[in-house]
Amino acid sequence: MNFAYLSILVFSPLLGIIALLFVPKAKESVIKTVGFLATLPALVLSLMAYFQYRSGSSLERLDEMVNWIQFGNPNRLGELFSIKYELGVDGFSLIMLVLTAILSTLAAIASMYIKKEWKGYFMLFLLLEVGMLGVFAAENLILFFIFFEITLIPTFFLIGKWGYFEKEKAAFSFLIYNGLGSAVLLIVIMVLFARTGTSNIEALTSILAADSSSLVLSEGGKMGLLIAMLIAFGVKLPIFPLHSWMVRVHVQASPSVVMLHAGILLKIGAYGIIRFGMGIFPEQFQDLAVLIAVLGVVNLLYGAFLALVQTDFKMVLAYSSISHMGIVLIGLGALNEAGIQGAIFQVVSHGLIAALLFFLVGVFYERLQTSNIPNLGGLAKGMPITAGFLLAGAMASLGMPGMSGFVSEFMAFLGLFREMPVLAAVGALGIILTAVYLLRAVLGITYGKAHREFAGITDLRKAEWVPALVLLGIIVLIGVYPSVLTEPLTSTLETIMLGIGG
Amino acid sequence: MDLETLLSFKWSIMTPEFIILGVITLLSLLDLFMAKSVNRKLLGWLGLAGILGALISLLSLMGNGPETILYDTFRLDSFAIAFKLLLLIGAALVFLIAISYEPKEGLNEYRGEFYYLFLAALLGAMMMSSSGDLITLFIGLELLSISSYILAGIRKKHSGSNESAMKYVVNGGISTSITIFGMSYVYGLTGTTNLLDMARHVITLADSQHIYLLGLAFFMIFVGLSFKVATAPFHMWAPDVYQGAPTPVTAFLSVVSKTAGFILIVRILMVIFYNIPTEGLGSMPLLIKVQDYIAFLAAATMIIGNVVALRQKNIKRLFAYSSIAQAGYLLVVVASMSAFLFDTLWFYLGAYLFMNLGAFAIIQLITQKTGSEDIAEFAGLYRKAPILAIAMAVFILSLAGIPGTAGFIGKLNIFMGALVVEPAHYVLVSIMIATTVVSYFYYFGVMVQMFFRPAANDEVKFKLPAGLGVVIGVCVFATILFGVAPNIALDFLQGNFNQFSDFFQ
Repeated sequence: MNFAYLSILVFSPLLGIIALLFVPKAKESVIKTVGFLATLPALVLSLMAYFQYRSGSSLERLDEMVNWIQFGNPNRLGELFSIKYELGVDGFSLIMLVLTAILSTLAAIASMYIKKEWKGYFMLFLLLEVGMLGVFAAENLILFFIFFEITLIPTFFLIGKWGYFEKEKAAFSFLIYNGLGSAVLLIVIMVLFARTGTSNIEALTSILAADSSSLVLSEGGKMGLLIAMLIAFGVKLPIFPLHSWMVRVHVQASPSVVMLHAGILLKIGAYGIIRFGMGIFPEQFQDLAVLIAVLGVVNLLYGAFLALVQTDFKMVLAYSSISHMGIVLIGLGALNEAGIQGAIFQVVSHGLIAALLFFLVGVFYERLQTSNIPNLGGLAKGMPITAGFLLAGAMASLGMPGMSGFVSEFMAFLGLFREMPVLAAVGALGIILTAVYLLRAVLGITYGKAHREFAGITDLRKAEWVPALVLLGIIVLIGVYPSVLTEPLTSTLETIMLGIGG
Repeated sequence: MDLETLLSFKWSIMTPEFIILGVITLLSLLDLFMAKSVNRKLLGWLGLAGILGALISLLSLMGNGPETILYDTFRLDSFAIAFKLLLLIGAALVFLIAISYEPKEGLNEYRGEFYYLFLAALLGAMMMSSSGDLITLFIGLELLSISSYILAGIRKKHSGSNESAMKYVVNGGISTSITIFGMSYVYGLTGTTNLLDMARHVITLADSQHIYLLGLAFFMIFVGLSFKVATAPFHMWAPDVYQGAPTPVTAFLSVVSKTAGFILIVRILMVIFYNIPTEGLGSMPLLIKVQDYIAFLAAATMIIGNVVALRQKNIKRLFAYSSIAQAGYLLVVVASMSAFLFDTLWFYLGAYLFMNLGAFAIIQLITQKTGSEDIAEFAGLYRKAPILAIAMAVFILSLAGIPGTAGFIGKLNIFMGALVVEPAHYVLVSIMIATTVVSYFYYFGVMVQMFFRPAANDEVKFKLPAGLGVVIGVCVFATILFGVAPNIALDFLQGNFNQFSDFFQ
């Protein structure tokens, strides 16, 4: 394929930022159009790469490598301590790229609810997209970290400036938790870099795999690094008890930002654990498998219980995200092919479902200025289509067969039942709770006595149909025809299974 | 010394210093004889031209082998050239800030001396980086210090400025005397003041009592020098002095003076104490033995600087604590003593120079305009002057070490140096990263003011003086350039200074 394909893909939103510089800041509709259009190149390019991969072309042709930073004297150290600009994708990261591109475009549409300072908003939004795309395309830990941090700053501003009542508190809470998470991650990365002289993921994997006599790193050191990595990504995912920031962000940020946050940013945590935790330290990961599965069940049940008692629909969704991320951990803890596949499926599926539900929150918040469940009662009378989509989204989320949520939950639990049946049985309780809290919330919103007049309230507008339909369409597609995901994942899964000796 | 020997010296290697000295003389004479009515800003531009001239002559000296004149008291090695480069660039930017400096009551008849005192301080710093002898080293240090004392108090009718100068003199005096006391031990044991002679002499020391004395000397010298770089335990002066001194002086102290301090520390530590064997010939050097103490001071500095900064409401005080914290990061480089020490120190000092001076240029503009140094004065800056707010954001992000800026690459360098040595400094690196996260609180506090808060009054229009505009532009450009393409600087370092291998020759 052509030169610098991935770089163009990752950095294409920058074009939008440059274009926005020249738009006067009062031209609302022009800014929104430019912001939306700027997400399209990445979408087109990532879909092209996806379909070409599915039609059999190799992904290695996309790899890019340029010398970037050289520490110390190149004549003396050679390749050691040089950081290269390396981009590349495998099946898993390609899927994440596509997901990011799709959700970014849809979130750009959902940004029509932004009420002020559109110019600054879209510049940060596009910068965030660059960071997210870069995270999944980086083949090098330091480059990964750089993109990872690039997502941090725009998100801080997007939450703190365009959110709701307690937005600044939420923004700071986001910054500090994630700052600590990335600090821990940076230590891990720098220790690996200083000890091995490289930060390329493949090179690191093979160096550590060959290091059976612990010359590079002691056994304890490897275990320590893996635990540190789990903490770092655990903040992002989030793993109980590191989750309080994430609830705040979900409630306080504007819906379009939460779509990206719940849809992609949380998934970076899962991506990191799978790609680096499992990939670089397979042996140590096996020792921790039980712990991870237990954490997963705790997440699942804790999130579900708390979601059960919330009266704010946004809070329900926030705790439901925690609960669903538990399923990712359960799948990973199972450490067999079904489990890991389930975990990856859950990453993608929850990304889509969370984005859909938060988009719908945005839709009725815009019209009714509330997301409180009792206040919303009888929504089906006033906004039948919105209520219909809401019900469909909830069904997907609780794992109705035929939708993506079912496939992922089924596979993750299939994996865990094979390895740790008792734990899996306890975890299965969470699935029931999920059905209870989602139905309670959604039925409370759509049916029941209407607490308000819905006169003058329009149902979904034309532009609002697009995100709702697209998201629901993909959710159903994955549910009915899972091989859109399984096929690209085959080689990635094989590599992982090879690493953990499965 | 007869004329013949005097002429036989290769004076050309001192060209940059001569240029600065000449300009100082010229400026002081002009200031004396020029009519009162002539604007003294002219002198500022002349001084700037002098610094640029010195910079060019320094660049032309690059690539020479190590050369010494005046009986080895003045040496020009690649270390000297590399760090003088930083000093001169820093001084040039400070000068641009100083030319735009307009305090409320005016500088009046002191404006002329304001400029040439900066040059005198710069000359001191340059002599320090080139000296091969304790005497010249110390005289350079004193020239720098005394000029700085006067500069801090140059606003003679301003009580804050007076307080700042007074505290600076007293603290400076104490620390200098501690340093010189420590130096006297080394001189007493070796009988020479020449650094390389000292190194040759101490290698052969075997008496454990002597080693003990040298250890004592090390502590005194190091603690005394911690004053210049504003690290624990001699950091207490920084907040008061930074707050009270005129903003260009604060900028000078936090960047040029700090750089000079690190030059001095590296010279003395690496040449003398690295060569002292602890248990007879060829055994572990004293410097490695005391590594943990340096690490301890670095950790203390980072913690004190970053934690106390959280409570600051005054922007200059905030940046004082921030610069204490940054000095702590730089001490980590010294403490880790890796093969990358010179590169890392140079790169971080360079990055720090741009990000800090840029921030001070904006601070001066805002405080001058509003007449207050409260952080709340930054409120609504994004609405009033978006470009200024974004520039400040770049500097702050770089100080906080966010990727895409030079500060991040500098920190990456530091981490690598600290982890690559055996045994690796895991604790020190962890403290550094944790305190960096703490620093997010106050750095982003300024961001919140600029971007989230509404302005108290929207009326204030900013007129950006040309000098400050250039500083801000150059600093934003450099901060981002060295963050995105750090190899420009690193290749320059590798290509021109030959690994600093002539440091010990």
